[in-house]
Amino acid sequence: MHTRRTLIAIAAIGTLLLAAHPSLAQDKSIIVSSTTSTQDSGLFGHILPLFKSKTGIDVKVLSQGTGQALDTGRRGDADVVFVHAKSAEEKFLTEGFGVKRFPVMYNDFVLIGPKSDPAGIKGSKDVAAALKTIKDKGAPFISRGDKSGTHIAEINLWKIAGIDIAADKGPWYKEIGQGMGAALNTASASNAYVLTDRGTWLSFKNRGDLIVAVEGDKRLFNQYGVMLVNPAKHPTVKKELGQQFIDWLISPEGHKAIADYKINGEQLFYPNAQDPGA
Amino acid sequence: MSMRAPSTDLPISFEDVSVTAGAVTILDRISLNLAAGSPTVLIGPNGSGKTTFLRTAMGLIAPARGRITWGGQENTPPVRRAIVFQRPAMLRRSAAGNVRYALKAAKIPRAEHAARLAEVLALVGLEGFGERAARRMSGGEQQRLALARALARDPAVLFLDEPTASLDPAATKSIEDVVRAIASRGIKVVMSTHDLGEARRLAGDIVLLHRGRVIETAPATAFFISPRTEEARKFTAGELLI
Amino acid sequence: MPEDVSALHLILTGDPALLAIVRLSLIVSLSAVILAALIGVPFGALVALTRFPGREGVVVVLNALMGLPPVVVGLLVYLSLSRSGPLGSWGILFTPQAMVIAQTILVAPIIAALTRQTIEDLWAEYRDELTAMNVGPIVRVATLIWDARFSLVTTLLAGFGRAAAEVGAVIIVGGNIDGFTRTMTTAIALETSKGDLPLAIGLGMVLIAIVVAINALAWTARRAGERMAG
Repeated sequence: MHTRRTLIAIAAIGTLLLAAHPSLAQDKSIIVSSTTSTQDSGLFGHILPLFKSKTGIDVKVLSQGTGQALDTGRRGDADVVFVHAKSAEEKFLTEGFGVKRFPVMYNDFVLIGPKSDPAGIKGSKDVAAALKTIKDKGAPFISRGDKSGTHIAEINLWKIAGIDIAADKGPWYKEIGQGMGAALNTASASNAYVLTDRGTWLSFKNRGDLIVAVEGDKRLFNQYGVMLVNPAKHPTVKKELGQQFIDWLISPEGHKAIADYKINGEQLFYPNAQDPGA
Repeated sequence: MSMRAPSTDLPISFEDVSVTAGAVTILDRISLNLAAGSPTVLIGPNGSGKTTFLRTAMGLIAPARGRITWGGQENTPPVRRAIVFQRPAMLRRSAAGNVRYALKAAKIPRAEHAARLAEVLALVGLEGFGERAARRMSGGEQQRLALARALARDPAVLFLDEPTASLDPAATKSIEDVVRAIASRGIKVVMSTHDLGEARRLAGDIVLLHRGRVIETAPATAFFISPRTEEARKFTAGELLI
Repeated sequence: MPEDVSALHLILTGDPALLAIVRLSLIVSLSAVILAALIGVPFGALVALTRFPGREGVVVVLNALMGLPPVVVGLLVYLSLSRSGPLGSWGILFTPQAMVIAQTILVAPIIAALTRQTIEDLWAEYRDELTAMNVGPIVRVATLIWDARFSLVTTLLAGFGRAAAEVGAVIIVGGNIDGFTRTMTTAIALETSKGDLPLAIGLGMVLIAIVVAINALAWTARRAGERMAG
């Protein structure tokens, strides 16, 4: 009986050591809180191995909504934030949580809708007019409703279309409070319109009857920025390793890696670190 | 069985002992002496207090009044006493595991365990049953295992609560044989039964309990031939004692 | 559809990334169950065998905690382990250790509550015998735990099932980091959000198969043990 108990104890300790093992082995690592779009589109899967082979740094990506990703940085639980909502990023900086914002790249949003196109907006290049038509016809529309970068962009587009969506929404407008994939799944199941980033759309597999209804409008461009979490606020931030990652992202080498990532031959992200207004 | 020093647990004396449960009196001012020798058998109708008497004599129940002494002392630890309950609980172990557990609990030196285990299993007729799961044995086998477990403590006095209740005649006979063997080794047996035939077959002394009182104590032969009390006469004649 | 073929392919050919996910899931959940058992079994036994004022309340709370929402536990552990939280200096948020802690908190009440019931029932059965054998309190507890071991295995399985199946806590405190804190359930959540339903279903099947296999193994061991010890 005693030997059996000893065995159980040894097994328990052994299991715990195993569980602890991965973090012991990877001390040269940083945590990047980012958005679902960069992760789900497969961009990180493409560029992070290149970065690691050059620097030996392991990048652990938290894929969250922009709001949550910034909050993770605010709490000091990430070293770098890499998101796409310029106004929220600037607020993060003025609060003192970020060191400096570097524009990295942009992708674009697309307005997705059912093949049957009940609002009759297919092929339009004017997203504001298309949204107004959807609202006027009461065509079903799925909103993320989760304060993510995409959700913030969607609210801005309604504003551009002259619609105060908080006041004007009707039963046709459904906020699901979930991620991009869930929003697409919901739209696919209910034949509704939905705004998404192109990367998530291209790698999304459960499309059903959904197609791209509106694309190519300049107002659909979606800028990504990267910031080191302020070590003055959170001394545990790995500032050297984090800055190394940021420097690489905006270097020609990083830009090439980003531009090279394609799905079905389509480039998803356009590096633009040199654009001062981005 | 290798007997240790002569028992200090005997005689067991009840001096004006009452046991109560709430407002109910279960044993009512009992004075009685249990001395070494042949088995003492408690008889009496259901609810007469036999089980409570055995548990009190074992030291498991504290009297509400009066006192009990074991070998002239109060509050002795039940080192050399053992009890087999009417429905003994089998530990979830093998038959041998049950006996070993009792050996350990009685602080019998480990070096003696193997010999004692074999001895008590043989005494109750369970040689070769050692590795059987106790809870999968038959009622009679479990009763004998419970006896072996009690004997493992090397008791000077052994209390048995209706050891043959709910057993068939063959199993009953084998238990009675074991009880005789135990008694012949000088272990004082104090047992209850509601089977008068069993009382006749095993008893040296009879104690008749009724409504928590001792009605009559007598050597078995005298008790059955010439009962002194009306209750004893009725009970031995098979009439109802109410 | 080539994607579907590749999803199935991953599972059938034992893709290393997939195996790593399965292994992490098992390590995290098993560690949590072992830790929870080290806490929950003695605690459950203590509550079963002692009488103190407020005991009924403890039993009710313990039973209620069996239904702790994983998301809430995840959030509390997250807030505690965050750099801005009280245990931030440990620096273990978004690591497997954090996931083990969250799941331990989820599972310990289940094990404690079921242990209490088991031990209490067994004590009712053993009480007379152990008292008559003059067994002391420590040996008594050890005896009850040992003799209840087969029921306790079922209790541990219930805890394991809970840990292996939950996603709410591990996704919050682990962060679902690829190759580091991604488990079967967070991977299923991720693949569902990516619309890769075939892969999500495939992973779900693997998860169910593993849970069934572990239960079958434990059941067989239990049967064998019971034949030996009853």
